[in-house]
Amino acid sequence: MEIDEFIGKFAEIFDDTDASALTAETKFRELDEWSSLSALGLLALADEEFDVELKAEDVRQAETIADIFSIIQSKL
Amino acid sequence: MAACVPRNIEYNKDLTGIMSEEEAEKMIESVGIRERRTCDDTTCASDLCYAAAKKLIDDNGIDPQSIDMLLFMSQSADYRCPATACILQHRLGLSKECAAMDLSLACSGYVYSLSCAMAYASLPGINRVLLLDGETFSKLVNPRDKVNVPLYGDAGTATLVEKGDFDESVFILNTDGSGEDAVKIPAGMRNPVTSQSCEEKERENGNWRNDLQVYMDGMEVFNFAIRVVPKGVRNILSATSTAIDDIDYLVFHQSNRFMTDFFTKKLKFDPEKVPYCIGRFGNTSSASVPLTIVSELQGKLNDCKNVVMCGFGAGLSWGTANIHFKDCKISDIVEY
Repeated sequence: MEIDEFIGKFAEIFDDTDASALTAETKFRELDEWSSLSALGLLALADEEFDVELKAEDVRQAETIADIFSIIQSKL
Repeated sequence: MAACVPRNIEYNKDLTGIMSEEEAEKMIESVGIRERRTCDDTTCASDLCYAAAKKLIDDNGIDPQSIDMLLFMSQSADYRCPATACILQHRLGLSKECAAMDLSLACSGYVYSLSCAMAYASLPGINRVLLLDGETFSKLVNPRDKVNVPLYGDAGTATLVEKGDFDESVFILNTDGSGEDAVKIPAGMRNPVTSQSCEEKERENGNWRNDLQVYMDGMEVFNFAIRVVPKGVRNILSATSTAIDDIDYLVFHQSNRFMTDFFTKKLKFDPEKVPYCIGRFGNTSSASVPLTIVSELQGKLNDCKNVVMCGFGAGLSWGTANIHFKDCKISDIVEY
């Protein structure tokens, strides 16, 4: 999967945030809609799309969507 | 089976003191908990279980003297000593020949304690085991803990397991104590209670707690559940050579609807056959599986029904069971 497609999947976690508002460099924690529940959505996304176990610590360490994408890639 | 919940209702939409209206709405939508039942300071899990047990005994015309064993599954015991099961034996008028003991686990508790009840009921000399599973976790939550306040409700349940001509039930029980910190109440013999334990402190993300109140790392628990729950269901199906579509009902511990809906989807299982009572009662810890059965499956377990249940939580501890219900009589929910 390429980063653009991942950004599309990432946007699906949210109700009101469109993929067009996101880039690889978006700091996801600064998004209005980001919450602890979106973090759970992200863990589910990693499991469903990549069969990868994203740890709570991985999410805490990441700043941007690209960081998350590269953590997932490194676990493939 | 029977269940009892406190009369008092708390609505999650009213939690705007600790979160914004928008946050509360999202949480209700995603986790799926609109309201919860919480008991007052004078009511214990044993009171709720007592009321459920009385209802079960009365509705089914059970002679209390015919009960050979009483199990009380809870982490909300009346006292540190003696065991609550002993107190309930006397309150319920059970015989002095009745064995009674407490069992302690969190959200996996019902599956575990049902395995004990069934194992004892299969022994010579034991015909009836009364399993009481109740919790009052709402009392263990700090009102300024955004993570836990919206989740926990209180309930007591009663299940009577009898010796008889039943198809074999199968349990797979698991443990990973390396995750002991994921859900924890630190006070105990390891950290004796002092005046300092009662001091509320600000913790992670602006949540407040003292050492006698529950902490949960939501992401760790979610991750744990993703790893073990769908796999647990698949393992029990393969151990019993059952096709997933042959399950009549799949009953998950009621912790987070977003999560268990995700498991249902992952398992490609019919969501119509996954009952929920989380919207009305919240997470009642180990009581949630029997509460879901009593509130959602009344009149539906009349003939032979193939039910898979899965409990998972603090420990970390999880258990999956394939139970063949036969003419299970389910009473109306009692309010306390």
